[in-house]
Amino acid sequence: MKVSLHVNGKSQEIDVADPSTPLLYVLRDNLGLHGPRFGCGLGQCGSCMVHVDGHATFSCVLPVTAVGDRKVTTLEGLMEGGKPSKLQQAFIDEEAAQCGYCISGMVMQAQALLNKTPNPTDDEIRRHMEPNLCRCGTHAAIMRAIKRAAVA
Amino acid sequence: MNLHLKPSRRDILKGTGALVVAFSLTPPSEAFALAQGEAAAAKPVVLDQVDTFLAIDDKGMVTLYSGKVDLGTGIRIGLQQILAEELDVPLANVNTIEGDTALTPDQGPTYGSLSIQVGGMQIRQAAATARSALLDQAAQRLGAAKEDLAVADGVVTAKSGGGRIAYAELIGGKTFMLKVDPAAPAKSPADYKIVGKPIARRDIPEKLTGKFTYVQDFRVPGMLHGSVVRPPTIGATLQSIDESSVKDIPGIVRVIRDGNFLAVVTETEWAAVRAAREIKTSWSKSETLPDQAKLWEHVRSTKIVKDDVTSNIGDSAAAMAAGGKIVKATYDFAIHTHGSIGPSCAVAEFKDGKLTCWSASQATHNLRKQLAMMMKMPDEDVRCIYIDGAGCYGRNGHEDAAADATLLAKIMEKPVRVQWSRADEHGWDPKGPPTLIDLRANIDASGNVTAWESEFFIPQGAAGMVDLVAATLSDRPVVGKLAPGGIANDSAIGYKFPNIKTVCHRLETTPFRPSWIRTPGRMQNTFANESFFDEIAAALNADPLELRVRYTDPADKRGLEVLDRLAKVAKWEKRASPRKDIKGDVVQGRGVSYVKYELVRTYVGLVADVDVDRTSGDVRVRRVYVVHDCGQIINPNGVRSQIEGSVIQTVSRTLKEEVMFDRGMITSLDWASYPILRFSELPELVIELIDRPTEKPWGAGEPTAALVSSAISNAIFDATGARVRSVPFKPEKVKAALRST
Repeated sequence: MKVSLHVNGKSQEIDVADPSTPLLYVLRDNLGLHGPRFGCGLGQCGSCMVHVDGHATFSCVLPVTAVGDRKVTTLEGLMEGGKPSKLQQAFIDEEAAQCGYCISGMVMQAQALLNKTPNPTDDEIRRHMEPNLCRCGTHAAIMRAIKRAAVA
Repeated sequence: MNLHLKPSRRDILKGTGALVVAFSLTPPSEAFALAQGEAAAAKPVVLDQVDTFLAIDDKGMVTLYSGKVDLGTGIRIGLQQILAEELDVPLANVNTIEGDTALTPDQGPTYGSLSIQVGGMQIRQAAATARSALLDQAAQRLGAAKEDLAVADGVVTAKSGGGRIAYAELIGGKTFMLKVDPAAPAKSPADYKIVGKPIARRDIPEKLTGKFTYVQDFRVPGMLHGSVVRPPTIGATLQSIDESSVKDIPGIVRVIRDGNFLAVVTETEWAAVRAAREIKTSWSKSETLPDQAKLWEHVRSTKIVKDDVTSNIGDSAAAMAAGGKIVKATYDFAIHTHGSIGPSCAVAEFKDGKLTCWSASQATHNLRKQLAMMMKMPDEDVRCIYIDGAGCYGRNGHEDAAADATLLAKIMEKPVRVQWSRADEHGWDPKGPPTLIDLRANIDASGNVTAWESEFFIPQGAAGMVDLVAATLSDRPVVGKLAPGGIANDSAIGYKFPNIKTVCHRLETTPFRPSWIRTPGRMQNTFANESFFDEIAAALNADPLELRVRYTDPADKRGLEVLDRLAKVAKWEKRASPRKDIKGDVVQGRGVSYVKYELVRTYVGLVADVDVDRTSGDVRVRRVYVVHDCGQIINPNGVRSQIEGSVIQTVSRTLKEEVMFDRGMITSLDWASYPILRFSELPELVIELIDRPTEKPWGAGEPTAALVSSAISNAIFDATGARVRSVPFKPEKVKAALRST
């Protein structure tokens, strides 16, 4: 079946064999976007996180057919004129990644916070980032990166 | 040195886009023999050849061939810094090929905090040899004395006369054909311009913009997707499959059974996920696991196959029997999973009877042997190539996913990608085995510790090859030996007690296929040693940090400096634990821990500040101070991030983590049942690095992690007077300890 999706500012028609396919697989396998990642398929870790109409959303449990005309943004869609956004650059400057597998989801989650709360407190950052898991223990560097972007 | 050009085209590097032409810096007979021999048909990967480790092309670009791979630790930039420094080439000109059995040396698996300490030093020596040979050649070409030459940015200059020649002109695109010279002079650290600098990793910008390729992103043309369907319980046999249960899934290609190995192969990734979830199967009943409620009785009663006495100083038995105050305690440390955030993944392809397998294996040379064994193929017909995955922290499931993909690619006669599910990873990656430790000490009437004895109940085996799940399930050849890693390390202690005996009882079996997880054995053993040391300090009413100083060898200046600086950075107040003013629900305490890793390398001291809620049993680690001496620091950013990661990951392991199981299977198959640390639980970190540029570089990925559990246990005791001796420190255990105080 044909599904029309609005991803990173562009509308496109995509041929999806199975309507139950989660958005994650369409983004990765049909559109070749590698920002969102498969981590658990259960909405428990945040590796797959994208924005759907600006809300941080687990793309691994959202059927592509349920997206409708809402706007999807992935890590790639945060880029500004081909350059990393302020938040992405802050993560780069703080070297806030080790293996980096979780980091796309971390950025998407943090961006959703900064969109609402441009200068969050430490507690607000912690509470907002709570759903996202990191195994390398990069949390402290991620906190630094978010704060750096907030004050920059 | 005489030069004899012996060009011969080699196309074995086609896969990497490189073309290397032989160029000899060795005497003609040897070079001829090498060029004619079988070895010349491929790029060398043996450890004694310069060409094994590096190549310089005609534009002066340098390729570093590394057997040690970057598991997300930043080791890639560190090794590049070592090479660029030693060769005197611009760092930007160095690129790395990693973990490819056809192209890179077998420097051992990437584990044990050995990438810089061992792998980096092999690279440094190869580069020093190369540099010396290039200078010999430059001296000849420039008509200058070797001592009169200087190198900067890959260009050799004669100090007098002013002649210049670039490495690219000297060697560009040709090979060295030179043995690594262990005596080749390495640069003086005083001249370092690249080593020791906080140079940024190159992968991080790509990871932040979605441009990075993980193994999970890797695709080959014509590739199918495979998902494995594991037995519902360990040891169950497959009785029947209802293939009609998945026939309507769009994209299903085939259900494959080979013994108890069951998989679905599909055209799309989602179809593979669905088919593996929805396929109807029946399996025999199998209950091979012990009762988890009685795990420690089970471990204690498991047959001991041998005792490893890891230290025996004086006569501990006599000293224990000589009267005095006996302190004793038993510690245990739960079974842990690696918990990679990205489940294991691999792609395999057979072409003309030869296998290529792409995975995030930390040990591609070992994987190659294992896949060859499983498929009954010669090693030479298997090529394993590393592609970065999610952090693995040891031997997790990547090798098993590689075996799954291999088996399916063979049967399908097409390339197959296997992506494990979260439940595959939590359920089937090998586990850090349960560890049980008994400790005893004797204190004489004058307050001297006269004896220390410990017994560790740990599975037999060492590092090696962890058997592949697919091979076991399909009844193909396996090594058949337990390989938990070097888990007897740090069972011995460095403190100068007059009588010490430490024994590892090596057990015949352990409930789950074991492997190494970050700081294997050293974490568990140091937890017991450094917590029990605190129990002795409490029995002596002594300050625990001061007591560590007292029993440290006075000649061990670096160790003493770490302890001294730790006391300063943590503003340590001298007093005995527990604190005297315990009141209220939430109480604060601080605990210290110290190790000279494996008694021979990296020194670390750590202080943890904790809050303990005496009503709920919740422990919150507020702040952690670390003082760290790993000798010569290659990249302080890298060291710092490894320390941060060690602390945060081990706070998680210490407070929260425990593999749960029933009599048949692991039941903690997701992040809800195997919780790890979240942002709200993140401690503040204060890290002090001691850089010793003129000393050897030692590892930094593991040593700090050895200290976290004991420092927290000691801090809980300081706060409450209750001793928690069982990792994880879940609230119910803390409450039980509080009740028994």
